[in-house]
Amino acid sequence: MEPFEHHTGIAAPLMQINIDTDAIIPSREMKSVSKKGLEDGLFAEWRYLSLTTRKENPEFVLNQDPYRSASLLLTGENFGCGSSREHAAWALYQWGIRVIVAPSFGSIFYNNCIQNGILPVVLGPEKIKELQTFVELNPAVNQLTVDLRATIISAGSNICYPFSIESSDQQNLLQGLDAIGSTLKMMSSIEAFEENDIHRRPWVYL
Amino acid sequence: MGLTLIEKIWQEHEVINQGDGNSLIYIDRIFLHERTGSIALKGLEKANRSVRNPSHVFCTLDHIVDTFPGRGDETLMPSGKDFIISTRSSAKRADINFFDLGDPKQGIVHVVSPEQGIALPGVTLVCPDSHTCTVGGLGALGWGIGSSECEHALSTSTLTVKKPKMMQVIFDGTLPVGVTAKDLILHLIQKFGAAGGTGYAVEFSGPVVKNLEIEARLTLCNMAVEFGAWTGIVAPDDKTLEYIANRPFTPQGETYHKALTHWEQLRSDSDAHFEAILSIDCETMSPFVTWGTSPQHAIPIDESIPDPAQETDPSTQKSMHRALQYMGLNPGTKMKDIAIDAAFIGSCTNSRLSDLRAASEVLKDRKVASGVKAICVPGSSLVKQQAEEEGLDQIFKAAGFEWRESGCSMCFFAGGESFGEQQRVITTTNRNFENRQGKRTRSHLASPATVAASAVSGKLNDANSLEIG
Ligand code: SF4
Repeated sequence: MEPFEHHTGIAAPLMQINIDTDAIIPSREMKSVSKKGLEDGLFAEWRYLSLTTRKENPEFVLNQDPYRSASLLLTGENFGCGSSREHAAWALYQWGIRVIVAPSFGSIFYNNCIQNGILPVVLGPEKIKELQTFVELNPAVNQLTVDLRATIISAGSNICYPFSIESSDQQNLLQGLDAIGSTLKMMSSIEAFEENDIHRRPWVYL
Repeated sequence: MGLTLIEKIWQEHEVINQGDGNSLIYIDRIFLHERTGSIALKGLEKANRSVRNPSHVFCTLDHIVDTFPGRGDETLMPSGKDFIISTRSSAKRADINFFDLGDPKQGIVHVVSPEQGIALPGVTLVCPDSHTCTVGGLGALGWGIGSSECEHALSTSTLTVKKPKMMQVIFDGTLPVGVTAKDLILHLIQKFGAAGGTGYAVEFSGPVVKNLEIEARLTLCNMAVEFGAWTGIVAPDDKTLEYIANRPFTPQGETYHKALTHWEQLRSDSDAHFEAILSIDCETMSPFVTWGTSPQHAIPIDESIPDPAQETDPSTQKSMHRALQYMGLNPGTKMKDIAIDAAFIGSCTNSRLSDLRAASEVLKDRKVASGVKAICVPGSSLVKQQAEEEGLDQIFKAAGFEWRESGCSMCFFAGGESFGEQQRVITTTNRNFENRQGKRTRSHLASPATVAASAVSGKLNDANSLEIG
């Protein structure tokens, strides 16, 4: 996973609440036992007028310039709720999204973002509204900047908001950690736990 | 200060407390299915890693397999067969427990895990599937994870987990006749929102929950994720112990007795601290049904569609407008005046034997209204077999329902079988999202009895009204 330190880019407003992972990547866009090639299916139901011809829906924000090149997403409460499919995070990343700003996230989706180098920023709805207003004045120029070390998101010279993130999530993103690799280093603790646990809860061990 | 049930289970599984709100938690059971499990197993293989403890890992075929009688590996979903074949060969290579087509243990993961004694009180169980919280109905701590986390659990028997906040939801009073666990959870989500439980692990309690049978508790916990919660749980009691006795993977003999003593202490202490406590009085509740595209768009079936104009929060208002447009409905329409095209009984929410019994009670000596396509998909091969032994299949078929093999079927649309465009479906599933059950399909969530009553009425209806009218 690519380390994430800071990022500046165009932010696309997708201001709806409860956007679920079925909408982010519909089931039938997950065509193979693979984590790749999902960018084409991102928001497919909303992005295309016809799924077969892939004719674009001009009204959908990511089909409009300069939002086609967006790398941040401003959105509503409970983003990524629903199905656990990690394809939602993969599709967003492969399409080019690096930061998602929302008042709250579906909890599985949030973890999936951390695992894949996408920064989920939790910010109050009024602040997101302000960012949206700033961006919409001139989307190509009015870009947003996120500094993960300082945990700050800023817009131009006047708007600058701190955000909070668990330090472990922050570290994982900053270092682009291989979570399995680091846990495997703790194998002796896991084995010690099991040795003890098998006496306490023998029925668990099959 | 005392501990909540979830805190107790948490403590028991804590391998390392990382001191920053995260712990490395021991995972007792991992369940996989062919849609996401296949990807996790492939991911491991690619990274040259192995499944650390294969006897604790289970895998079923449910999401992509067809549910037509006589099915095989061929599916209507384009490329569906690849998922099935890849899962089967990865499962064999990894030497995990695999429930193939034709095995009586095959079925929807969240129906199979309680039914086979794989989910037990106090165990941690994860699956790359959001409805893993279902097993909370037995007092197990289960939650959905992504593929990367699944690979982590498979190769290390642990997961790093952020400790959630604790919430207690009390269902008070007594449940009126015809009101079920499905109605309870829809009511909760309607009242506090689809993000009402975000950041929390929820313990369901109160007299109503105590009186619920185990399968109803599974239904209740199934939709904890639709409430935004990390998971849901009900403290195990005598009913739980009775339910799990003598199931294939339930411990036997001496270990069983040791387990019993352990399970009996699994409850929240009287002075446990919950960061949030919500309470719902059930005394005057009626059956619920959804009108929109989020489970929070639910109302009692006797009422009319709410008017977005009455809503003060602009983003909620906007989402209501969008939902009404998608659903092809107008504010003020009486729910019971809405005609349906199809009825679906199935899914990990409501496809167990008790659900099929409840529906068949309504369907007995009645016929599905003409023009309504009606389908019943038992949650597991075992449920199907038991239902057939009781003759329930005959009741469903006589009423005009299709009787299927078990699986997720039309709970979700993966490009295979689905309802037609803009078809209106009354369904026992858990998600009424846009396009969830088919392209432009309009889903109304409800209990099995309400779905059966609507199927025979040709429009939304509940079983109580059917008796009178
Ligand atoms: S029945 Fe539906 S909700 Fe349940 S696991 Fe299958 S697809 Fe998911």
